[in-house]
Amino acid sequence: MSVTPAEVVRTGLWTNNAGLVQLLGLCPLLAVSTSLVNGLGLGIATTLVLLASNLTVSMIREFVRPEIRIPVFVMVIASFVTAVELAMNAWFHELYRVLGIFIPLIVTNCAIIGRAEAFASRQPPGLAALDGVAMGAGFTAVLVTLGAARELLGQGTLFAGAHMMFGDGARVLEMRFADTGFLLALLPPGAFIGLGLMVAAKNLIDARLARPPTPAPAASVPAAGELA
Amino acid sequence: MAMRAEITRSMLRAAGILAGFAVFGALLVALTWESTAERIAENERAFLLRSLADVLPDSGYDNAVHEDVITVRDADLLGTPAPVSVYRARLRNKPVAVVMTPVAPGGYSGPIRLLVGVLADGTVSGVRVVAHRETPGLGDKIEIERDDWIRGFEGRRLGQPPRELWAVQRDEGVFDQFTGATITARAVVSAVRDALLYFEAHRDALFAAPAGTELAPSARNGDEDQK
Repeated sequence: MSVTPAEVVRTGLWTNNAGLVQLLGLCPLLAVSTSLVNGLGLGIATTLVLLASNLTVSMIREFVRPEIRIPVFVMVIASFVTAVELAMNAWFHELYRVLGIFIPLIVTNCAIIGRAEAFASRQPPGLAALDGVAMGAGFTAVLVTLGAARELLGQGTLFAGAHMMFGDGARVLEMRFADTGFLLALLPPGAFIGLGLMVAAKNLIDARLARPPTPAPAASVPAAGELA
Repeated sequence: MAMRAEITRSMLRAAGILAGFAVFGALLVALTWESTAERIAENERAFLLRSLADVLPDSGYDNAVHEDVITVRDADLLGTPAPVSVYRARLRNKPVAVVMTPVAPGGYSGPIRLLVGVLADGTVSGVRVVAHRETPGLGDKIEIERDDWIRGFEGRRLGQPPRELWAVQRDEGVFDQFTGATITARAVVSAVRDALLYFEAHRDALFAAPAGTELAPSARNGDEDQK
């Protein structure tokens, strides 16, 4: 069971994207994606945890016995999440206040234990780390896209609150296109509708790409509801 | 027998590995905590100071407001049965203002936490919302980042407007409400009014109590009979 690094990257970013295909970690994804900066913040935090947990799990895969591997994974992940939470509180205090409960809740993001179990516990550390980064980047991309769309429609701004992450100099990034917005986009239904549209768009693109070589069935299109 | 010993050994080994990782996790968290604790405390302090400065007059006090704090309890006027912090601002030890942290229990989707700055003469120096769960786009206009509405309290006091006008316009008061979120505005207006009532009844005791103590419920201004 060997995979090439390129495959790992493609899987994480596109074919098995945590947000669009596996539909994992929906709770933070839907709740936090009210603005681009919020999405980016949670995405980066999740990626850091994925990278650290995948790397650790891969390094200990030889000597952790199968019957206790899940509790070990949970302990490793919980420790890293707490460390990331403390670090964010220390260095990105304002963003930490905005994201609030969703930082500690990274622990419950199934994408993380899912990758530990399905990938990192069977692959060498290098590939496992790459998988963590690719999966995290894929998840972050969904968060950022959804966050940007909801912020733009709901509030008429883009990059609002960028100074929370990049310091006061980033205030120039904060753009305002309209004074009011379409409220639904900011409310929970807007998150579901937005994510649904993104899943549909991805499937549409996959279907288009699958057509030219073999004009017949679109069998390679992954079902949206499929869970890993 | 041999099999039992085998099972016991394997269980012990599993327990050992698990314990090892527990130690590893605890160590990781402890080290991170150790290296961030000071910064986090500094952040919290800076955040508190900034929030307090927002509702106090720009200058005119010279003490460490965030350390000069007492707690009080009054479920009726402060919106929560839990102890509520009151920060005191002083200039050369003379009372200048207090910042109270009452709760507006009547929010549309849960309690709204406030900071209410009150000058020693009972005038509001500033009000800010610390935490709320009001509807985005409607009720969140109580945030200073979204609307200037919350500044409408500045300079007001009990009797100015008269007590019965301390309400939103829908209830024949003087304060604006915003479309679609009358309940939110109403909750904040009554919470500020109640905080002022509490301040009026306890003013001297609020400034006199030593920092770090809880004010006894009976410590009023001694005007019980006049009511």
